[in-house]
Amino acid sequence: MRIRILHFASFREASGRDEEQREVAERTPVGDLWKILAREVPLFARFATPPPAAVNREYVPPETVLQEGDEVAFLPPVAGG
Amino acid sequence: MYLTASAIDLSALLLEARASDGALCLFVGVVRNESGGRPTSGIRYEAYGPMAEAEIARILESLATAFPAVRILVRHRVGDLKIGEASVAIAATAPHRGEAFAACRAAIDRLKATVPIWKKEHHPDGTSDWVDPTRK
Repeated sequence: MRIRILHFASFREASGRDEEQREVAERTPVGDLWKILAREVPLFARFATPPPAAVNREYVPPETVLQEGDEVAFLPPVAGG
Repeated sequence: MYLTASAIDLSALLLEARASDGALCLFVGVVRNESGGRPTSGIRYEAYGPMAEAEIARILESLATAFPAVRILVRHRVGDLKIGEASVAIAATAPHRGEAFAACRAAIDRLKATVPIWKKEHHPDGTSDWVDPTRK
């Protein structure tokens, strides 16, 4: 199934892209998607545990199962204010 | 819309917030001229816009339950900011100052903790860094 991944701030710079479409297996948990990305992006591989994840613009735990068409983002440490 | 690419208009925000309520607490976050001892020449704020809007709405919804007598307005700037410019403004109006201060404080603390906004500090020597509050 196909999902859309958004990259922001330091993660955008580390991955070299702000957005991508990707095919993943049915029932892939969001935490496993991070492991897939970490094989490609050296900065991501340095994380012992996945950073906070959002699916369809809401925080979700890493075990959350992805659905076709989901918008997924892993969030670098936020620094608003 | 809580995010804005143009300067936050504090007078307009105060006009909108003004109530015959009794208390109005205004917090304004301003771009500092240094960070951890290093001089800063400016800051770029970047947001996951649609999620930031949704997350601020969720925070305000939950604060409405915690502080039912308080009305809270939020503005957050994105883009390139100069030293001294307002990056965030929160106005809380309530019948009494206690709950206005408390709700305003809770709003900025929660905004900083969960709203997907990032900032890159630019230094006079031409270098720049993404700010990571978890490392401070």
